[in-house]
Amino acid sequence: MTTLQAPVSTALPAVPVPMLVRLAIIVVICVALSLISPAFATIDNALNLLRQASLLFLVASGLTLVIIGGGLDLSIGANLTLCACLSASVIKLTGQPVAGVAVALGCGTLVGLTNGLLINRLKIPAFLATFGMLWVAQGIAYWFMAGQVIYGFPAAFRFFGGGFWLGVPVPIWVMLAVGAGCLIFLTRTTIGREVYVMGANEAAASLSGIPIARRRMLLYALSGFAAGLAALIYVARLNAAEPGIGEPLLLPAIAAVLVGGTSLFGGSGSILGTLSGAVILTLIVAALNLLNVGSAWHPFVTGAVILLAMLTDAFAARRAGH
Amino acid sequence: MSDQTLPGSPVTVGGYLARVPGVAFILLAMVVAFQIGNPRFLSITNLSNVGLQASLLLMLALPMTLVILTSGLDLSVGALIGLAAVIIATLLVAGWSIFSALAAAVALGLVVGLLNGFMISYLALPAFVVTLGTMGLCEGLALALTNGEPIGGFTPALEAFYRAAVFGIPVPVLVAAAFYGLLYLVLYRTRFGIYIFAVGGNKDAVHLAGIRANLVHMAVYVVCSVSVALSAVLLLGRTNSAHPTVAVGMEFEAIAAVVLGGTSFEKGQGWLFGTVLGVLAITVLRNGLNVLSVEPSLQVVCVGVLLIAALLIDRNRKRPVARITE
Repeated sequence: MTTLQAPVSTALPAVPVPMLVRLAIIVVICVALSLISPAFATIDNALNLLRQASLLFLVASGLTLVIIGGGLDLSIGANLTLCACLSASVIKLTGQPVAGVAVALGCGTLVGLTNGLLINRLKIPAFLATFGMLWVAQGIAYWFMAGQVIYGFPAAFRFFGGGFWLGVPVPIWVMLAVGAGCLIFLTRTTIGREVYVMGANEAAASLSGIPIARRRMLLYALSGFAAGLAALIYVARLNAAEPGIGEPLLLPAIAAVLVGGTSLFGGSGSILGTLSGAVILTLIVAALNLLNVGSAWHPFVTGAVILLAMLTDAFAARRAGH
Repeated sequence: MSDQTLPGSPVTVGGYLARVPGVAFILLAMVVAFQIGNPRFLSITNLSNVGLQASLLLMLALPMTLVILTSGLDLSVGALIGLAAVIIATLLVAGWSIFSALAAAVALGLVVGLLNGFMISYLALPAFVVTLGTMGLCEGLALALTNGEPIGGFTPALEAFYRAAVFGIPVPVLVAAAFYGLLYLVLYRTRFGIYIFAVGGNKDAVHLAGIRANLVHMAVYVVCSVSVALSAVLLLGRTNSAHPTVAVGMEFEAIAAVVLGGTSFEKGQGWLFGTVLGVLAITVLRNGLNVLSVEPSLQVVCVGVLLIAALLIDRNRKRPVARITE
């Protein structure tokens, strides 16, 4: 067995599950759920599911950029929590939704920049820096809220989460805008292409003149910004903020990125993949709810999806020849 | 990094001091500061309290040291100890004997450890995401088994075990000390221990040297998961109930303790006793903050700051950190 192996610590090349397979999975789940429940295949329900997927996609979009660049951001959920709590209290204090938006986006970006700084300056692995940041941000949020829930926001603010434009919920528009932005960034800009090179081979990227440290700061800042944006939509939708909201999003976000075919070893992946991953994860949760599986099982299912996605990738890579 | 201390090389006093991780100085400073702030800090009662608090964290941080030595990480330990506690408590309530319940915990640890180890070692998948996945599995199972409610009403023997003392030393401290001794022997006195350092240093080279590097690598995760699952006994003794999510986040303190102790994620460099220092630093910090009635959520933030401080100190000192032997 061991003699047949590729050199042990060499990263396996990632062979993403092709987009067609993911679309087929989406179709199969949708057909199955329509058969179980007649109320499933309605426009209202589809928009509702997409609105749920949009939140997951926003958190996962920044993560996708970071992972393509060869990093990892475990702090996104906690960052979202912190942004949500801070912006909610600012809106309550000032009555100005604009101030809340600025605080959420600023706080998210700042946390992301701190992640980048820790990785660049302390020379510690990304998962360690962002894992530490997870607990620090979470701790600050719990301390700041002191057991309170902030609720009841102006209608102008709630529009971001619950409003409609041209008959489509605003969060879906935000998802489409962010998705298009990421797509253009990754495929049509020099910096975006550099991110792929950096993730595939950091040493080679550095030798070919790509400023690794600055690109890394940018990626973590974008990831933090996305968490801040997601926080705004979450708070506007819930019409409430409390320090437990972000943490349960970390596992689904990572699962969405993995199901979307982005390689954990960096250098390959796509934002459309993550979009399909977010839709698949949302459909799985919808299926669990339809089948009356308690929400206590959600972390179990998400964990299983993460492991299965990794196993599929590993075996596909193996079959494709080392 | 170039002037590594090789086995058998003479150790001078200066050389020995240079090997001490920055956290040792922080620990000393904290003890002095807390003693000045509160003269009862160094009393027998409080020290035994610190020992009790440190013992459980040690049971997680010591095997985590082995995992991190192999350039890996195990994020599932917090969720696993919670699940093991839930399973032991459920079985005890159902009338199983303590030993059968412990056997079930060992089996659970074996399954999780083999799953983690197989995917990380044989499939070369990144440890932090694999163990994040198993963390989800364990947390979800614990929640689903309990519906989020704590389980109580099992035999008081576990609490009695936790509160017992031999010659004034709490039993959990003795358990942790014995576990340290065991891991010390394994790490520094057996071939397996040398292989662990070597796998972290260069797994390909170990493999090419004809050693079953993948097996060693997987075994480290099995050792970690099994010992963590067994440590659930201490958790049950402390809280006298099994709460499915009580231990979530413990993995952060365990990892922080290992990194504080000077073990690095690269090149198989680390020191088992450094982890003891790291655990003591975190426990003393928390104990001191408790006395100052700082909220638990802010205490976590302080642990993060402590970690950054120690990393900064160590980055600014040129310190030989390779420890193939003591």
